Amino acid sequence: MGNKQTIFTAEQLDAYQDNPFRQRIAEAFSEDGEGNMTLEDFLDMFSVLSEMAPRDLKAYYAFKIYDFNNDDFICKADLEKTVNKLTRSELTEDEVRMVCEKVIDECDLDNDGRLSLEDFQHMIVRAPDFLSTFHIRI
Amino acid sequence: MPRAGLITAENNSDIDLEFTGDEDEVSTFQEELERGRHRGRRRDGDREKKKRGNRRRKGASKETVEGEEESQNRLEKRERRRKRAKRHQEARGRERDEEEQAKIKSEKKEDGGKHTVKEKAQEVKKKKHKTVVETSSEEEMRGSGRKEETDPESEGKPWPMKKKLVTLRESQEFVEKYEGALGKGKGRRLYAYKVMMSKKWMKFQRDFENFKTVCIPWEMKIKEIESHFGSSVASYFIFLRWMYGINMILFGLTFGLVMVPEALMGRPYGSISRKTVPRAEEASAMDFAVLWDCGGYAQYSVLFYGYYNSQRAIGWLKFRMPLSYFLVGVGTVAYSYMVVIRTMARNSNESGGGDDNSFNFSWKMFTSWDYLIGNPETADNKFASITTSFKEAILEEQESHKDDNIHLTRFLRVLANFLVLCCLAGSGYLIYFVVRRSQKFALDGLDTHTWWERNEVNMVMSLLGMFCPMLFDVISALENYHPRVALQWQLGRIFALFLGNLYTFIIALMDEINLKREEEMIIKYNISMWEARGPCWETMVGQEFVRLIISDTMTTYITLLIGDFLRAVLVRFLNYCWCWDLEAGFPSYSEFDVSGNVLSLIFNQGMIWMGAFYAPCLPALNVLRLHVSMYLQCWAVMCCNVPQERVFKASGSNNFYMAMLLVILFLSTLPAIYTIVTIPPSFDCGPFSGKKRMFDVIAETLESDFPAWFGKVFSSASNPGLVLPFILLMVLAIYYLQSTSKSYKEVNVELKKKLQAQNEENKKKNKRAALKAQTDLEEARNATSQTAQQQQETDGDEKHASRQRLHHGTTGHNPPPPDHERRPLATRAPVPRPYHHDNHGTPGYLPGFSQQSEPRVHRVPSLQRH
Repeated sequence: MGNKQTIFTAEQLDAYQDNPFRQRIAEAFSEDGEGNMTLEDFLDMFSVLSEMAPRDLKAYYAFKIYDFNNDDFICKADLEKTVNKLTRSELTEDEVRMVCEKVIDECDLDNDGRLSLEDFQHMIVRAPDFLSTFHIRI
Repeated sequence: MPRAGLITAENNSDIDLEFTGDEDEVSTFQEELERGRHRGRRRDGDREKKKRGNRRRKGASKETVEGEEESQNRLEKRERRRKRAKRHQEARGRERDEEEQAKIKSEKKEDGGKHTVKEKAQEVKKKKHKTVVETSSEEEMRGSGRKEETDPESEGKPWPMKKKLVTLRESQEFVEKYEGALGKGKGRRLYAYKVMMSKKWMKFQRDFENFKTVCIPWEMKIKEIESHFGSSVASYFIFLRWMYGINMILFGLTFGLVMVPEALMGRPYGSISRKTVPRAEEASAMDFAVLWDCGGYAQYSVLFYGYYNSQRAIGWLKFRMPLSYFLVGVGTVAYSYMVVIRTMARNSNESGGGDDNSFNFSWKMFTSWDYLIGNPETADNKFASITTSFKEAILEEQESHKDDNIHLTRFLRVLANFLVLCCLAGSGYLIYFVVRRSQKFALDGLDTHTWWERNEVNMVMSLLGMFCPMLFDVISALENYHPRVALQWQLGRIFALFLGNLYTFIIALMDEINLKREEEMIIKYNISMWEARGPCWETMVGQEFVRLIISDTMTTYITLLIGDFLRAVLVRFLNYCWCWDLEAGFPSYSEFDVSGNVLSLIFNQGMIWMGAFYAPCLPALNVLRLHVSMYLQCWAVMCCNVPQERVFKASGSNNFYMAMLLVILFLSTLPAIYTIVTIPPSFDCGPFSGKKRMFDVIAETLESDFPAWFGKVFSSASNPGLVLPFILLMVLAIYYLQSTSKSYKEVNVELKKKLQAQNEENKKKNKRAALKAQTDLEEARNATSQTAQQQQETDGDEKHASRQRLHHGTTGHNPPPPDHERRPLATRAPVPRPYHHDNHGTPGYLPGFSQQSEPRVHRVPSLQRH
C-alpha cells in the first residue's frame, strides 16, 4: 500500500548493532538468504527468538545462524569465524585452533570432522542456558 | 443403492431403538481405526475400545445400565472430543475443522441410521435413559455396509440437512461451553480478565526478579571487573562485599544496643568523673591531632569502653546496660562464627553439584552470547567476559594435559617447601628477637633510644611484610602448580608470616596492659575525689586497636595511589620519551594482587573482632572503611591494572578464604576471651567497674532478674557431672556425622566418575561405529569398482573369444570375408545388451564402463557408433 516498506534490509535492524551475529541472523531468516526480510520472515524471526518457541526449533535456527557457508554443516572454518566474532579476534591463532578442535572433539558423533544438525542438536539440548540466551524480548 | 438405503433408513427411523450393542460400537470403532485419518480419532478409538472392553467385563446382564453408561460416555466422549478440538484449534485452525468434520462424520456414521435427530437431542438433554437393548444383525449389516458407502461418498458431496443440523447443534454446545475463550457471550469478560491478570502476573514476577538483582549492591561494578579481569579478581571483590554485609550487622548490634542507649539514656557528658575530660587535658581536648589520636573528646565518649557507666539499669526503660554490653560482645563473636560456618557449608554444597564438563567448549561457543543485549557497554563487557572465559577454559585444558616428570616435580616441590619453612622460621626468630629488645628498651625508658630503636618492631614488621611475599612468589615458580593451587599456597604462606605479626602485636598489648594495671594499683591506694582517676586499661586497648586500623587503612590507600596509580601514570606518559618500552618492559602496569589484598582484608577483620569488645566504635569504623575501599579499589583496578597473563578460573566456592577467616576468628577471639576471664576490670571506668570479673554481670542478672528456680536450674546445670557427659555426647555426634558425610562424598565421587566414564564410552562407541561405517562404505566402493573391472576383463575376454569364434565362424560361412566386419556387427548387436545388463547392476559406472570399454574395442571402431 503506497510507499510503506514491506522488506527490511539488514542494516535497519539497528537495535542489535552489538550482536556479533546480526548479519547471520538476518541471513538465516530471510528467504533469499541475502538478509532482506519480508514481514513474514520478520515475524518468523521474532517468533523463533521468543521465549515460547520450543527448544528444537531454536536449535534448528541456531544451527542455521552458525553455519556461515550455508552447507548444512558447521565445519572448522565456521567454528573459527564464530570464535573470532565472539571474542572480537582477541584470541591468538593457536588458541582459536585449539578451541575449534576441542569443539569438534566434543560434539562430532559421526566422526566426519564437522558438525551436522544432529550433532548440534544433541549437544545443544543438554545446555543449561541455551533457552535463556537464545531469546529476545520485545 | 446403498446410499438411498441409508437415507431411507434414516427417514424411517422413528424407531425408538437405541443402539447399545457393544459389538456394533466396536465395529464402528474398528472402522474408525481402519480409516485412520486423524490421530485424534484413533486415540479416541483406542480409549473407547478399552472402555468398551472394560464395560464388557462388567457383565452382559447389565445391559440397560450399560446403555445409560454408554449414552453418558458418548456425551463425555463428545465433550472430550470437543476439548481436544479446542486444543487443536489453538494450534492450527484447519486441522481442527477437519477433525470436527471427521468427528461429525464418524458420529454420523455410528449414530446415523439408528437415531432420529430428535432422539439425539433428547439424549443430549436428558442424561438418563431406559434403553432397550437390541443388537440386530440387521444393524450390524447396516453398520458394516455403511463402511464402504460413507467413506468415499461423503467426501465431496454437499451435506444433507440432518447432518447440517447435527453439526450446528454440536457447534452451539461447544461455543456455549468455551464462549469466554472464543470472545463471545457473557463469560468473555471474565476470561479476558483472567488472561490479562495472568500476563500481568508474569510480568510482575519478571520485574521483581530484576528488582532483586538491582538491589544487590555493586553488582554491576563487580560484573564489569569480572568480565575484564576474570573470576579470581572478582572473587576478591565478592568476598569484600560479603564482609561488608557482616560488618553492617555487627555495626547494627553495637550501635543499636550499646552506643545509642548509653548516649540517650545514660548520664550525660560531664556528670561523673569518668565521663569528663580531665582538667589537665582540657585545653587540647578539641585539637584535631589529639582527636585523630583518639584522645581528648574522642576518648571520653560512647566510642570507647571507659565512658560507660556501671549503673545496673538506666533510663525509664530500665535498660540493663552492663548486661547488654557483655551480651553484645559475646553476640558479635557468636554471630560471626555462625555466619562463617554456614557460608562454608553452603559453598561446599554448591561446588558438588553440576560440574558437567562434557560439552564445555561447545556450550561456551554456542550459548555464551546473550541475544538480549542491546547496550554498547554491556556488549563490551560481554565480549571481554567471553574472551576471558575462553582463556580460562584453554588454560584449564592445557593444565590438564601437562605431562610431567613426576619425580622431578615432587623433588622440586619438597625443596620449595623446605625453603619456605626456612624463611618462616627465620622471620619468626627475628620477630621474637626484636620484640625482646623493644621490651628491654621500654624498661630503660623510651627517650634514651634512637628513632629506629623506638620503632624497631613496626619497621621490621613492615619490611618483612614487603619482602617475604615476593620471596615466596619466586620460590613458588619452582613448584609448577596450577595457578589456582599456587594462589592457595601463596595465601597460606603469607598467612603464616602474618601470624608472626599478630603475635608481636598481642605481646606488646599485654605488656601495656600490665603496665597500666600496675599504675592502677598505685592510684587505688591514693585515691582522691576528683583529680586522680583510675586509669583505664580497657580504653587504652580500644585506642590501640583504633589506631592500628586507621594506620593500616591509610597505608593501604597510599600504597594503592602511589604503587598503582602513580606507576600507571608514569608508564603511560613517560613512555613517549623513554628509551625502552615502559609498557611492555620493566615497570609496566601492575597486576591486581589478589593474595595480598585478601590477606589484608582478613587480618583487619581479625583486629575488629579482637577489639570490638573494648571499642564499640570499631564495627562502625570498619563499615566506613570497607565502603570507601570498595569504590577506591574498583576504580583503581579498572584504571591502573591489567589482567594477569594466565587468567584462571577461581574455585567455584570461596571456601579457602572462609577457612582462613575462621582460623583468624578463632585466633582473635582467644585473647579477648582470655582478658575477659582472667583480668579484673578497672575499678573506675566501664560498665563492669566494681566487679571482680567481667562475667560476674551474668551471675548478678541471673540472681536478681530471673525467678528463683531459674538460678537453681542453672547452677545444677553447671554441675560437672552433667556437663562432661554432655560434652562426650557432642563429640560422639560430631564423629558420627563426619564419618557419614565422608562416606557420602566418596559415593558421590564414585558416581560422578562412573557417569563420566559412561559418557566417554558412549562417545567412543559412536565414533567407532561411525568410523566402521565409513570404512565399510569405502570397502564396498572398492569392491564394486573391482568387480566392475573384473566384469570388464571377462567381457573383454568374451569379446575376444567371440571374435575369434566369429573369425572362425566367418571362415565357414558363405558370405565373403570382407563382410566379416559387418557380420560381427550383426552378431555383436545382442552382445552389448548383456553388457548393459551388467551395467544395470552397477549403475554408477555406466558412463565409466563405456569409456573403459572404448580402448578395448578400438580395434573395431565402427562398432562403437551404435
